[in-house]
Amino acid sequence: MSIAATEDTAERLARLKQTIEDLLKEAKRRGATAAEASVGSSAGLEVSVRLGEVETVEHTRDNGLGITVYFGNRKGSASTSDLSTGALRDAVKAACAIAEHTQEDPCAHLADAALMAAEIPDLDLYHPWHLGVEDAIEIAAACEDSARGYDPRIVNSEGASLSTHTGIQVYGNSHGFVSGYPTSRHGLSCAVIGQEGESLQRDHWWTSARAAADLDSARMVGERAAERTVARLGSRRIPTCQVPVLFRAEVATGLIRSLVSAIQGGSIYRRTSFLLDHLGERIFPDFVRIHEEPHLPRGLSSAPFDGDGVATRAKDLITDGVLQTYLLDAYSGCRLGMQTTGNAGGVRNLRIGMGDLDRAALLREMGTGLMVTELMGHGVNPVTGDYSRGAAGFWVEGGEIQHPVEEITIAGNLKRMYAGLLAVGNDYDYSGSTRTGSWLIDTMTIAGE
Amino acid sequence: MMTDPIAIARTSILEPAGLTEQDLDRLLGLLAGSAVDAADIYFQSSRLESWVLEDGIIKDGNFSIEQGAGLRAISGEKTGFAYSDELRFPALAQAAEAARAIARIGQGEQVRIGEVANKRSLYDPTNPIASLPDPDKVALLQRVDAEARRADPRVREVVASVVAVQDTVLVLGDDGALSADVRPLVRLNVSVVAEDGGRREQGSSGGGARADLDYFLLEDRALSFAREAVRLAVTNLEAGDAPAGTMTVVLGSGWPGVLLHEAIGHGLEGDFNRKGSSAFAGRIGERVAAPGVTVVDDGTLPGRRGSLNIDDEGTMTQNTVLIEDGILCAYMQDKLNARLTGTHSTGNGRRESYAHLPMPRMTNTYMLAGERDPEEIIASVDKGLYAVNFGGGQVDITSGKFVFSASEAYLIENGKVGRPVKGATLIGNGPDVLTRVSMIGNDLRLDQGVGTCGKEGQSVPVGVGQPTLRIDGLTVGGTSA
Repeated sequence: MSIAATEDTAERLARLKQTIEDLLKEAKRRGATAAEASVGSSAGLEVSVRLGEVETVEHTRDNGLGITVYFGNRKGSASTSDLSTGALRDAVKAACAIAEHTQEDPCAHLADAALMAAEIPDLDLYHPWHLGVEDAIEIAAACEDSARGYDPRIVNSEGASLSTHTGIQVYGNSHGFVSGYPTSRHGLSCAVIGQEGESLQRDHWWTSARAAADLDSARMVGERAAERTVARLGSRRIPTCQVPVLFRAEVATGLIRSLVSAIQGGSIYRRTSFLLDHLGERIFPDFVRIHEEPHLPRGLSSAPFDGDGVATRAKDLITDGVLQTYLLDAYSGCRLGMQTTGNAGGVRNLRIGMGDLDRAALLREMGTGLMVTELMGHGVNPVTGDYSRGAAGFWVEGGEIQHPVEEITIAGNLKRMYAGLLAVGNDYDYSGSTRTGSWLIDTMTIAGE
Repeated sequence: MMTDPIAIARTSILEPAGLTEQDLDRLLGLLAGSAVDAADIYFQSSRLESWVLEDGIIKDGNFSIEQGAGLRAISGEKTGFAYSDELRFPALAQAAEAARAIARIGQGEQVRIGEVANKRSLYDPTNPIASLPDPDKVALLQRVDAEARRADPRVREVVASVVAVQDTVLVLGDDGALSADVRPLVRLNVSVVAEDGGRREQGSSGGGARADLDYFLLEDRALSFAREAVRLAVTNLEAGDAPAGTMTVVLGSGWPGVLLHEAIGHGLEGDFNRKGSSAFAGRIGERVAAPGVTVVDDGTLPGRRGSLNIDDEGTMTQNTVLIEDGILCAYMQDKLNARLTGTHSTGNGRRESYAHLPMPRMTNTYMLAGERDPEEIIASVDKGLYAVNFGGGQVDITSGKFVFSASEAYLIENGKVGRPVKGATLIGNGPDVLTRVSMIGNDLRLDQGVGTCGKEGQSVPVGVGQPTLRIDGLTVGGTSA
């Protein structure tokens, strides 16, 4: 059983809303001209099983609040994990003390009152899983068993883990906006080790969802982890060359993340983006559409309002290859002389329009090249778009996989890679908040032998 | 001013929560028992203050307080864990019972709570947040901003931040041993964007230590970080395409020691070796590096970012020789993995906070100096890469493959440092990369105190260091094939 308070969800939500009201009142009492606050409370259970034995049972319980006060156009903020009344007062006091030393910033203010989310749609994000420790262990064990039984070359395991969490987030500000909602999130993951001769390889797989019923089965997760591990056995290097590269779906999401960080308001006004001054410009071929869907029911990143209290809305980031919008919060919008796009706190559920090609067709389309299934390191320069990362995957000739590859790098420039996107497959097959198939890029430099 | 960490921890954690010696005794009784092999309670109170300058003004500041306790019970290889951000007895008792459920049976034993005197003082138990008046913190960032803009007219944007942390921890072991540590940590960062014609580049620098904030005022440190960030940005404005392929690489001294952290450090952590998932498992006594290569993990360096008086399990940190003259000698251990493999903790049991389980982690990992003059090392290379600054790295401990990304590098041609090239990721194989070390410089340097290591979602501050090294055959991931 969980040690989380057994308090009713509606009561907890009401109590956390009251906490926000109290914080805002205290900020006003101290002379703040405006204030905003958020508070979160979550509880969960995580179990891990390794080689058929329980390894850890963790009961998690996290609380946190953050407050920002404004004195005209000066601001200060504070946060604490302690939700007691005394701690709340101390936090407000600390935020006000900070604001005595920050300087006038014309953009330091709340989002316009008129932009606050007027309706809070129910996005179906709360599906608690009433799961005992024993049941959780059984599921994790079944997952690991199916991985270990998949192939005799699976010789060791890093185990399987199951986690279930529920939480409530509430945000409010001195416009009178106070709103919150409960969410849940569950996950199952597995990592195993394979051996062939001297070569040891490890790989993993996972599933994550708002509702337990939407998780992939324990067996599927285990088998997928094992399949991926076994496929890597016998990996070798390849010579340095320039060839087309297929980013398999689960790593293609990283190319979308780089796009998202390059069009975030902060990167634009700080001039640290390789897509500076590209609004309205063609950055992908014209078949590319990337769409944000913040109200997706049960979506892993769904949210009715953003971190400023502004209503979130569906929109295209890319239409016909052209950049449609930056991702702005109230502050960066003001800095750029633009309206917030409801993206305080990030982007919520992206989908890229997928083509007709399945993975086999994509490989045929590539002919000879590299299919990448894992990337390592942080070698992306956000200012220039220069890209250089460690990679592992498979060498492909005549559209057929030849052998697994490791200890190589792939390099290029994101702007050229986006422009050189030849096809997006329909092979979406993992659970994440960004939905894409695999990406075929025309050419990159592989460094190897 | 109190200087005894245990007294400070009692005053700042136990007394405000109304926790008495009897309460601690009862909690241990609930947590530990005959079926429990080991147990501990980790109390923590952490205060952090940060200030950010952007566009030439102090834009934001934040003060945060985190406190709580993590309770752990271990039976065989099983660990039960629960934590609470409420420190009152009933909440902790509930957490103790949840954590202890892992062992199911057994009677609590009586132990005597006894203080373990802190015999070591690698840093003062100060509160760096209070070490400088707020107006002086603000003025420090403004001087940094002015210095960066003065250094080069091509500087367009400057972001500077300063962070001060006071972290107080109290560890209660199942034997009743009570130990404490008060850990100051400060950090200053500068990031600039330089523009010239159509080109833009970023440069970042910074440093930190377990010290008060006046650390940055001494030896012109803060301003030198500003100049260094500008130097990096304008150097990269001139950078050409990096080469692609396997070549001789000379690594500069200091921060490039991230090589050691990724290539061998993680692979020598006790948990991976107990589980047999590391490429180094079962290789103690074997040659894993060239003769002359000696690598240590040393948590006892005064004032360093990765140093600790005691680790997060109450064990004194130590200087552990990992590789001596090329031969693998030891793994880094926490209590759990040491007990399960019949050895002793090396004082490497660390955790991000009370809400995380401890595991074997590095402290300050570095290679000892050799005898070569760094200039002689560069002069020995006909054609290769000289890499002196790096971003982060990553390793797959099972296959042994690791990467680290250069942010400042130059071509070496005919024994001379030539034109700068763009950042590129370097990739290698941990178990054999150090066998290719052919020259070791006499210029051992540690990094400036900026390292943060992530493992299984937990971040902890660490240090790295090395002398200038020549490595014969490392793969450089440029675009110029």
